[in-house]
Amino acid sequence: MIRYPLAFRRLPVLCVTFCAGVLMLMQARAPSALQPPGQQSEVDLIIGDRIGAQPTFAVPDCLAVDDDQQVAEAARTIAEVLWDDLEFEREFRMMARDVYDTIPRARSLTDLPLDRWRGLGVDGVVSCEVAAAGEGQLRVTARLFNTRSRDSAFGVEYTGSARNVRAYAHQLSDEIHRRQRGLRGVARTKISFISDRDSESVLGLVENRQTKEVYFADYDGANIRRVTVSRSLNTTPSWAPSARAIAYTSWRRGFQDVFVSHIYEGRLESPAGGSPNIHNWLPAWSPDGGQLAFTSNRDGNPELYIMDADGTNVRRLTNHPSIDTTPTWSPQGHQIAFTSDRTGSPQIYVIGVDGTGLRRITFESYCDRPTWSPAPYNEIAYSSRTGPGHDIKVIDIPTSEVRQLTFGLGTNESPSYSPNGRHVAFMSTRGSGNKQIWVIGRDGRGLRRLTSEGNNEMPSWSP
Amino acid sequence: MSRRIFVRAVQAVLVCTVATVSCVRNPPPVAPEPPPPPPAAEERPGPAPRLDLEPPPPPPAPVVPPIEADVDIVSRDLEQLNRESPLRPVFFAYDSSNLDGPGRRVLEDNAAVLRDNPTWIITIEGHCDERGTAEYNLALGERRALAARQYLVELGLQGDRLRTVSYGKEFPFAAGSDEGAWAENRRAHLVISDR
Repeated sequence: MIRYPLAFRRLPVLCVTFCAGVLMLMQARAPSALQPPGQQSEVDLIIGDRIGAQPTFAVPDCLAVDDDQQVAEAARTIAEVLWDDLEFEREFRMMARDVYDTIPRARSLTDLPLDRWRGLGVDGVVSCEVAAAGEGQLRVTARLFNTRSRDSAFGVEYTGSARNVRAYAHQLSDEIHRRQRGLRGVARTKISFISDRDSESVLGLVENRQTKEVYFADYDGANIRRVTVSRSLNTTPSWAPSARAIAYTSWRRGFQDVFVSHIYEGRLESPAGGSPNIHNWLPAWSPDGGQLAFTSNRDGNPELYIMDADGTNVRRLTNHPSIDTTPTWSPQGHQIAFTSDRTGSPQIYVIGVDGTGLRRITFESYCDRPTWSPAPYNEIAYSSRTGPGHDIKVIDIPTSEVRQLTFGLGTNESPSYSPNGRHVAFMSTRGSGNKQIWVIGRDGRGLRRLTSEGNNEMPSWSP
Repeated sequence: MSRRIFVRAVQAVLVCTVATVSCVRNPPPVAPEPPPPPPAAEERPGPAPRLDLEPPPPPPAPVVPPIEADVDIVSRDLEQLNRESPLRPVFFAYDSSNLDGPGRRVLEDNAAVLRDNPTWIITIEGHCDERGTAEYNLALGERRALAARQYLVELGLQGDRLRTVSYGKEFPFAAGSDEGAWAENRRAHLVISDR
């Protein structure tokens, strides 16, 4: 069952938890609420002084088993990426990598100087090993050691392609977060956005217009891939709950219409059935992926509509001579938050999907792009005018308390939550003045920039 | 009409002398082809753990649908016409899609031009300045285009000659972050789509 000999002191327990972990891994894509750190049989394997304390972890470079350039590079990359992945969720205090040289290297996966790590104040060490597995394949084996008990909290072994070694680190990070903290990590998620990075001109009758196309990247900004090749404008990407499709607004037929790219099947749909005078834009998936809310001019004015994902069963949600636009679904799919300027300026409103229970929730100068957080949080992030530009704010729905995540540097728009609700991606012009995708914690900490080439905006975080 | 055929013929001959392969049916694009999409098998979405769990999903294949906008010789002719367009843009106040007096007069002049050119089909583009959010501006631009279209219909023009589109703040006419540039960018811009 497992090729690598497991030299654990508590082999039976670990085997059971490992197998259970593997089973849970199969369901890892299903959304799960935050849970307290694991208990019962795993309780003695959680690393840390006491419940709630933040243990210190170290991730030294993996051992390269084969004398091979590719394996050596993978060994270094996996450790670096894993360190960044673990740092991102801030569940562990990550020991800085530049002090690792003071500790003798591990002699094998299980033979490492745990006392020395302990002396540095490290509670947990990730020990890993990379080997060539033939035909462009790698085998990555990892153990998490408790420096106090000298136990291995768990071990995993992955075999797969050598082409994207970062994916091993991401999977290992999600596994460590799940088993050590009961947390659904986001290291394997993607972020879609639009960009002018390929500097193409729009096909059309007006000159000097640059295309914006849809792209997606790993959650940390690596591995950027292009989705659309339309020689036109594309905006407002939205990941389907399946993570296998992206809905967006495209002008590829000369007017704005809703398109859905099934990125793993290479299939393109335009379910809203636009025409030169019927325009549809800003699609938003229902949480079960069965429906799309969107804005349309089909009754002569921007209003909100809901349709089934195949374009059937279109029904109108709003009816007001002002603008109603920018829908976002509540996590249960019973309500939709949106932007309306019915009082004279754009503000955020909430309405039931049956059209009842309309209420206004923001009372500021200008608000747009509401984005409902995933459970367990019950809040809506939005962009709010705070001066010449906009800032990202969050309103807690039960209390109506507003907190601000950005403070006046450039303009900050288009927030999108990570699937665990702990982070918000957004567009900011801070720094260079170019539009770039940034990520910040929902508590306002841990700001970092994901993109740098061209202009990049309107992020959508995948499930 | 005969001028158009003549222009077409001359351009077709020029094209044929350059590229003899299927030149008439496929005139060369005016701009280079888009770069090929990234290779399909760039990445496996994640390493499969041992013990043969579910196989990893297939790698994402970029969607490369046919490009529907067709830039051909006729549209280059239209590009020239639009460069010297007799149709004038209509400007709007901040966060407004209401036509003011000067805006109505511009549309009345445009309506006269369209009556003199009864075969023209125009697209009214709604545009916004950079101060609003990108998402809201898509709706605001739509309302500006619809407001201009509505007035042209009231002036007696046939609705099927008047298409609309909103570009929000995506295609500004003037760069800069001052009132001059903003005023320039809050407009309904009329493009001759067919003649």
